Amino acid sequence: MTISLKPNNSSPEKLQPTGWLKYISFSLDHKVIGLQYLVCGFFFYLIGGSLAGAIRLELTSPLSDFMPREVYNQVLTLHGTIMIFLWIVPVVNGAFGNYLIPFYVGARDMAFPRLNAVAFWLIPPSGLLLITSYFINGAAQSGWTAYPPLSITTPAAGQIIWILSVLLLGGSSIFGGINFIATILKLRRPGLKLMQLPMYCWAMLGTSILVVLSTPVLAGTLILLSFDIVAHTGFFNPGLGGNVIVYQHLFWFYSHPAVYIMVLPAFGLVSEILPIHSRKPLFGYTTMVFSIMGIVVLGLVVWAHHMFTSGTPPWMRLFFTIATAFIAVPTGIKFFNWVATLWGGKISLNGAMLFSCGFIINFVLGGITGVALAQVPFDVHVHDTYFVVAHFHYIVYGGSVFVIFSSIYHWFPKFTGKMLNENLGRFHFIITFIGFNLCFAPQHWLGLNGMPRRVAEYDPQFELINQISSVGALLMALSTLPFLWNIFQSILYGDDAGDNPWDALTPEWLTSSPPPVENWEGEAPLVLEPYGYGEKNSNKIKDQK
Amino acid sequence: MTSIVPKEQSSENKKDLSTEEHEDFRLFGLIAFLIADGMTFAGFFAAYLTFKAVNPIGPDAIYELELPLPTLNTILLLVSSFTFHRAGKFLEKNEAKQCQKWLLLTFLLGVAFLISQMFEYFTLPFGLTDNLFASTFYALTGFHGLHVTLGSIMIMIIWWQTRVPYGRVNKENIFPFEAVELYWHFVDGIWVVLFIILYLL
Amino acid sequence: MPKLSAILTLTSSLTLGVGGVWVAYNVDMLPVSASMNAPVYDELYRVLFIIGSILFIGMTALVIYSLIQFRRKPGETGDGIDLEGNISLEIFWTAVPAIVVLFVGLYSYDIYDRMGGMQPLMHNHSGHIENQGEKVWGGIGSGPIETSSSNNLSPLPIELTAMQFAFIFHYPKGDIISGELHVPVGKEVSLRMESKDVIHAFWVPQFRLKQDVIPGQPTILNFTPTKAGNFPIICAELCGPYHGGMRSNVIVDEQKDFDTWLKENSKETI
Ligand code: HEA
Ligand code: HEA
Ligand code: CUA
Ligand SMILES: [Cu+2]
Repeated sequence: MTISLKPNNSSPEKLQPTGWLKYISFSLDHKVIGLQYLVCGFFFYLIGGSLAGAIRLELTSPLSDFMPREVYNQVLTLHGTIMIFLWIVPVVNGAFGNYLIPFYVGARDMAFPRLNAVAFWLIPPSGLLLITSYFINGAAQSGWTAYPPLSITTPAAGQIIWILSVLLLGGSSIFGGINFIATILKLRRPGLKLMQLPMYCWAMLGTSILVVLSTPVLAGTLILLSFDIVAHTGFFNPGLGGNVIVYQHLFWFYSHPAVYIMVLPAFGLVSEILPIHSRKPLFGYTTMVFSIMGIVVLGLVVWAHHMFTSGTPPWMRLFFTIATAFIAVPTGIKFFNWVATLWGGKISLNGAMLFSCGFIINFVLGGITGVALAQVPFDVHVHDTYFVVAHFHYIVYGGSVFVIFSSIYHWFPKFTGKMLNENLGRFHFIITFIGFNLCFAPQHWLGLNGMPRRVAEYDPQFELINQISSVGALLMALSTLPFLWNIFQSILYGDDAGDNPWDALTPEWLTSSPPPVENWEGEAPLVLEPYGYGEKNSNKIKDQK
Repeated sequence: MTSIVPKEQSSENKKDLSTEEHEDFRLFGLIAFLIADGMTFAGFFAAYLTFKAVNPIGPDAIYELELPLPTLNTILLLVSSFTFHRAGKFLEKNEAKQCQKWLLLTFLLGVAFLISQMFEYFTLPFGLTDNLFASTFYALTGFHGLHVTLGSIMIMIIWWQTRVPYGRVNKENIFPFEAVELYWHFVDGIWVVLFIILYLL
Repeated sequence: MPKLSAILTLTSSLTLGVGGVWVAYNVDMLPVSASMNAPVYDELYRVLFIIGSILFIGMTALVIYSLIQFRRKPGETGDGIDLEGNISLEIFWTAVPAIVVLFVGLYSYDIYDRMGGMQPLMHNHSGHIENQGEKVWGGIGSGPIETSSSNNLSPLPIELTAMQFAFIFHYPKGDIISGELHVPVGKEVSLRMESKDVIHAFWVPQFRLKQDVIPGQPTILNFTPTKAGNFPIICAELCGPYHGGMRSNVIVDEQKDFDTWLKENSKETI
């Protein structure tokens, strides 16, 4: 059966507000929704970052003196939850996915525009709900993992609000995931084969599969947890015959794939950025595709590596060690391919490129500590210490956040039609890179030497290292200033970007900047070779102008 | 190979993309959603089975469940799947009256299921918070019952929309009907799994 | 030219790798090792550190080298080389990490076995487990540590109860209750742990051991201290506001000092 797109899509389009108002409306335009995700996510990033600032401030002294202990736990819970569910996940998936995927598949919008808008509009209210819980009765204070029985025994109001908002955010991400799968598989422009899609589409396809398969399990788990809190059932309450380990299994069944939900799209974005700024084809397209799918499959069967000390049977530890360590193989393929993409290129050292290369360096370190953590005997010492904190900040900040900055530098001209100031961009990169490493590299040592995570007070021998780490955090916070200045400055007075400032071949650049409502004035271009750069092909770009 | 097909070449037999006909992907989206929904159930089942396997006092160590009522429920749901399918056949033949009749029957079967489920709840010797088994039992059947309730409401909406001549669901616009039908079969399938795991195992 | 630079990068990353080895052996990155399995752990740590350094420094060097060597010089136009892939290279860098990971996995399995982690619980010497017929989950070293089998005596049983926010140790022999853990040096200890409220974790960094203490689910941890001294016991699982303050000490004594302590504190006369 076939249906026509026109009546479905364009009639509501006419009712949409225009100008800046459209960004705070229930717009159905995927580009508007993408930017809504981005700005909203960045807003929450600033909040989550301020909370991180509070954490680092508390940790400048070994005593718990800056805030009450309960508040410290609330702050770190909110920090983790906000950064994951309201910043990284919505931005790498929602923001760039919505903006770019329809272009890449040659469509005028997402498969389900209305569902898309609903998915976005679930986010601000649940985010605000989460934050206001702090002012009502104290926010959740059992960490972003909300392990029972702690989460059952802490004040119920905050925990319930936390569950509610995570459920809403999970719903939003499921809707988004369904939409991406349908768009990529079903809405492709006729004549475009799957293996001709830009890499980001593959990354989003893999991610969305993970979203659809794993997020509902988290939802189910949290529903059970909320029963335990509200109705006093005993699923996870050992006092009533329940089992706390089952929660951990179910939670990590979602939350390990969630880490790939945070990083696979970032891999995709880097795969778009590197070829353009080094003027070379993406190295090893086919293996890149297979490695994404490999990560998806393996990512679903490694969850128990978060539970090596929770009393899992030996065979289970062994299996999860091996499965986890093997993720290094498909991931490694991607990294070597990226380096090969740089090799022999004509690299422009601009903001986008620098942040992408910073990402490669940081992520490799985070990945290597990850492989170490996967070894049971190693993990029993450093589990739940600052070594783990260092591992995942190297990946989520050094990885995903670096890629988000890189992508903003790269696509800002498309979003706004204005160029960013590249010198400020380089400055931003240098400060961020130094601050980041100063903040998180010493934490490896802290963890190895006996500092557990999630503590407001610690052994005085760690004071100096913690202070160094806090200075790093301050530098990171300061580094946002040149970035924000750059954005405002460029929106107001930036140079005109033109349609295609990078001479890129992917479809979003083959239209005006910013693009018109239905993406292309005329017919959508059919891009069969999105990475056709390189000396032999360089005349192509001229042809096309 | 060129990377960008020149305009003349590619637009030969294709019109502007926005008016172009293409496959209906709403069903695809629905299937993706049902997979997600199924994963929620999978999580519940996994929890139940692990509770049973690892807990010192397994969830079902205390109570024996009576089989007659749930068996009746299984039959009710299976028959309702069949009646829904019949309704669809009539809709395809444009016989709205017959279709509505079968839809109504499906709805009544769904309601009968819910009533019988309620009856079971009230006659059971345990309450929600009595023990782990009671809790998982109510969580699983309750979550499924919620699905049946939603499905029954949607069936009534479809029933309303298939009336001639004002209804908007007919042979030409059959998707809403198909969507609810698929959903109903899905809820049925879940019940069968649930019946096996909870009552028979 | 590309060949030369490849050799250059390779040699430089190798040199840096050797530097990594040196650092791993000469810079103290871990706390004192005070139990049988700590030296085994440190051995694993060194191997992981060396492999990690080589990979990390190698990758970083490659990226930085590319950025400098292939940067766009002022006034330069045009594209890079047209290079879309290379099958043998792909196979190479799929195989190398696979081999490394396989090696690391097998090696850490061996380490784990040497720490006693693979021992099934039935083989446990501490008699009180089977007696109660309950399910107990083992931690690392839930079995006897291989190297400690020199003394054939059964391990010293101690029971640990964790609660918000304290560790309480109970010595069945002598019925002693203590807030600190006293153990003799060189003798295997078998800790049976259970929590009263929420999940806690028993961690002694100098022993390189950690095991969650779970409500409703006893866990067991065996270890043999090798150094007399006073080491911190740290709760490593978020357990509430005072989680950071939930600490205690393990006091490792010479056997005779321990015996005195035991005698002085026991309720029954032995
Ligand atoms: C985006 C997020 C992200 C990503 C991508 C990863 C990726 C990985 N993570 Fe991480 N992880 C987290 C986020 C992430 N992690 C978080 C948030 C936690 C803490 C949760 C909490 O408790 O709060 C955590 C915790 C965590 C643990 C539990 C630690 C503990 O609590 O005790 C483990 C253990 O196995 C682990 C392992 C890994 C591994 C093996 C990878 C691999 O995917 C990495 C693979 C990549 C590489 C290896 C680098 C590139 C490869 C090469 C250059 C090839 C050559 C390399 C080798 C041969 C080694 N992670
Ligand atoms: C997913 C993404 C993500 C990101 C981007 C970050 C970013 C940062 N994180 Fe966070 N973090 C987590 C995810 C993330 N974190 C998670 C999941 C946990 C675990 C929670 C748990 O245990 O449950 C955690 C826990 C965690 C801890 C451990 C707390 C503990 O266990 O006790 C620490 C401590 O140093 C920390 C620090 C930081 C810092 C300094 C940043 C910085 O990179 C932030 C830099 C950004 C800014 C600073 C914002 C911009 C500037 C301003 C708004 C101006 C105002 C600034 C100040 C007042 C300083 N994080
Ligand atoms: Cu007990 Cu933390
Ligand atoms: Cu994980």
